[in-house]
Amino acid sequence: MLHIVVCIKQVPDSREIRIDPNTNTLIRQGVPSIVNFYDLHGLEEALRIKDQHGARITVVTMGPPPAEKSLKECISLGADEAVLVTDRKFAGADTLATSYVLAKTIQKVEQEWGPADIVFCGKQTLDGDTGQVGPGIACRLNLEQLTYVGKVVRVDPEARRVRVHRYLEDGIEVVETSMPVLITALKELNEVRRASLPGMIRAARYKPVTWTTADFPDIEVSKIGLKGSPTIVAKTWVPEARKIEGEMISGDTPEQIAEQLTAKLWESDLAEKLGWI
Amino acid sequence: MNEKFDAVVVGAGPGGTAAALTMARAGLNVVLLERGEFPGAKNIFGGVLYRKQIEELVPEFWKERNFPMERNIVEQRIWVMGKESMVTFSHRNEAYKEPYNCFTGLRVKFDQWFADKAVQAGALPVYQTVALDVIRDGNRVVGVKTDREDGELYADVVVIADGVNSLLGKSMGIHREWRPDEVSLAVKEVIALPKEKIEDRFNVEGNEGVTIEFMGETSLGMAGMGFLYTNKETISLGVGVMVNHLRDKRIKPYAILEAIKQHPMIKKLIQGGETLEYSGHLIPEGGYHSVPPLSGDGWCIVGDAAQLVNFVHREGTNLAMASGRMAGETVIEAKNRGDFSAATLRLYDEKVKNSFIMKDLRKYKGMHKLLKEEDPELLFTKLPRALNEAAYNMFLVDGVPKADKQKMALKKIAEAAGGTVNLMKLGIKGWRAMNG
Ligand SMILES: Cc1cc2nc3c(=O)[nH]c(=O)nc-3n(C[C@H](O)[C@H](O)[C@H](O)COP(=O)(O)OP(=O)(O)OC[C@H]3O[C@@H](n4cnc5c(N)ncnc54)[C@H](O)[C@@H]3O)c2cc1C
Ligand SMILES: Cc1cc2nc3c(=O)[nH]c(=O)nc-3n(C[C@H](O)[C@H](O)[C@H](O)COP(=O)(O)OP(=O)(O)OC[C@H]3O[C@@H](n4cnc5c(N)ncnc54)[C@H](O)[C@@H]3O)c2cc1C
Repeated sequence: MLHIVVCIKQVPDSREIRIDPNTNTLIRQGVPSIVNFYDLHGLEEALRIKDQHGARITVVTMGPPPAEKSLKECISLGADEAVLVTDRKFAGADTLATSYVLAKTIQKVEQEWGPADIVFCGKQTLDGDTGQVGPGIACRLNLEQLTYVGKVVRVDPEARRVRVHRYLEDGIEVVETSMPVLITALKELNEVRRASLPGMIRAARYKPVTWTTADFPDIEVSKIGLKGSPTIVAKTWVPEARKIEGEMISGDTPEQIAEQLTAKLWESDLAEKLGWI
Repeated sequence: MNEKFDAVVVGAGPGGTAAALTMARAGLNVVLLERGEFPGAKNIFGGVLYRKQIEELVPEFWKERNFPMERNIVEQRIWVMGKESMVTFSHRNEAYKEPYNCFTGLRVKFDQWFADKAVQAGALPVYQTVALDVIRDGNRVVGVKTDREDGELYADVVVIADGVNSLLGKSMGIHREWRPDEVSLAVKEVIALPKEKIEDRFNVEGNEGVTIEFMGETSLGMAGMGFLYTNKETISLGVGVMVNHLRDKRIKPYAILEAIKQHPMIKKLIQGGETLEYSGHLIPEGGYHSVPPLSGDGWCIVGDAAQLVNFVHREGTNLAMASGRMAGETVIEAKNRGDFSAATLRLYDEKVKNSFIMKDLRKYKGMHKLLKEEDPELLFTKLPRALNEAAYNMFLVDGVPKADKQKMALKKIAEAAGGTVNLMKLGIKGWRAMNG
């Protein structure tokens, strides 16, 4: 049976996030936490593969203890096991340290529940936003990597092949590769299901597996947490909101208004910018 | 799904959570269903919470470091409002400190804290899930149907705690749709004010707080009660008005709230504050005569869903908690007996009847009729106005002898009521309504 590992991160709900005008940092306090939604699309795809071919799904996250809530949500949706990697020593990690610990975590997951055939990550997170962690894991574990995947066309467990559509800026790339593979998920990938009632009950009872640094005897302390994070935040700022002058067009009939509008558009430099002329 | 539980509680408000906590502690296999993203997410109330009924479930809760209290109420004020005046009555007492008698809270935080207690005790939280209907086997209720896939949840007992709009209560025919005179519509604003301003304006310090209830010309001739409560760094300002009066007068409740905010005595208290949120909700006000049977084969109903609110004293959460606890205790007893029929669950009705819940509702059982039948203009405009005018004149030094002033004041008040005889009749009715 296939073994799929899904990496999820609990992030502050960006719809409710505000920025402290004095320090220019995110006000995280009081903001509800959610599963990074790209990750949910990764989980959903894993669930679809499970529905079709049968698979075991293990969800992992590195984060503080309250991230348990997000893991339970994944269990409610149908994941088989969920692992929380948590320790003060992991705190302050940048993408380098994060992908190091997650790679170690996936190796340990493989020891516990068998080799991973597919690893799903989100395209990027709502808070960190770098999109580096997925590729970082793939490099460390020597996995094929398929980033920006908007569609999984075929998974063939026998031939151990995966064919996907990568949504790139200048088009769609249809690529096929062999397992083990790491896929980073776009939201176009699928529509996330709603948990069933038995799923909710299972999640309510479920206690995630928790690992701390003590569970990773061979981990290099210099590569984790703040110490293992060479990223330096030199400066943060909020970009100025650009003011755009609006103009109201009035007229007696909709036709008149439309006529005026098109006339104005043709007069403006917009027509040229848009390549109309 | 196949598994059968000892109990399913529908609604994680104060009532449902109290029931779930009680049963889970006794080792029962309980599911706590809640439609909100988490308990309290969308719930609103005034709100004053009462120590006693929480303490019965969570002893010494106030010693917990992160208990979500806003302010400990040390003073309660009642204001009878004229157009730009008021006659006040209030009581403040150092004895209301530690342990508190009551305190302000916000549902978003409190309901979550309280439900977590039930979860810690072993209740299974199933949130973001709506109970659509009960499942029956003949006359027996054997579970609830939810809006999720494979969503039938079977249990020996269903505790209905889904609040004033009780979908389940209605669908089961426990009660009909409430009549407009059995509910009032309350609207509320939460207004941000710096701590120091609150301390200055309300004469409090530290975590002390004040409540104000007001009635009179502020409710624009309808039966309505306004409230203003101090929170840590916000003020809750709201008003509840009988739905039949709103309907008859075709006035929107927020219009009343706007008028209230313009009253000089209120305006000064909230000046400079920024409105953070605005919400509306029904309050059951049917009282004693509107309370339905509280249990049957395989079910009990608690809190607002059963009209258990003492609106005269703005007590609702505590009645919900007490009834929830009693329902929970009864289910435990039923489990011991292995019998979940109406005959056993009727013990719950008995418990409620013999407790402060029904005794208080019985005491005020005439209130609903009084408010329904008396002219609201008389009770909420004319009499408060006459009282304010009387007070004004009694304190005014204008050379008129006090005896004449007193006579005049009494005459004015009697006139407002349509004559001395009517005033006396009203007094008697009022007394009876308050002392059922
Ligand atoms: C300049 C800078 C400053 C920062 N400052 C802070 C700070 O002060 N405090 C703070 O908390 N964070 C901070 N971060 C964020 C933190 O370093 C990153 O969130 C973290 O390293 C993961 O990177 P990301 O969020 O960009 O993930 P991405 O690379 O965008 O994530 C891609 C995918 O990787 C997976 N993934 C990412 N992180 C995890 C995880 N922890 N567990 C499981 N799967 C995961 C998910 O599937 C995710 O969709 C900062 C980041 C940067 C770049
Ligand atoms: C404006 C206002 C001010 C008030 N002020 C006070 C006050 O100061 N002090 C006081 O003690 N009381 C006050 N009350 C009354 C008090 O709020 C209620 O009496 C009390 O909340 C009742 O508790 P309950 O658990 O019965 O119902 P609720 O608190 O209404 O809880 C019902 C719960 O069930 C959930 N639910 C509903 N339907 C479903 C469904 N189909 N499936 C799943 N879940 C469902 C709801 O989301 C909710 O969480 C006030 C009420 C209002 C409206």
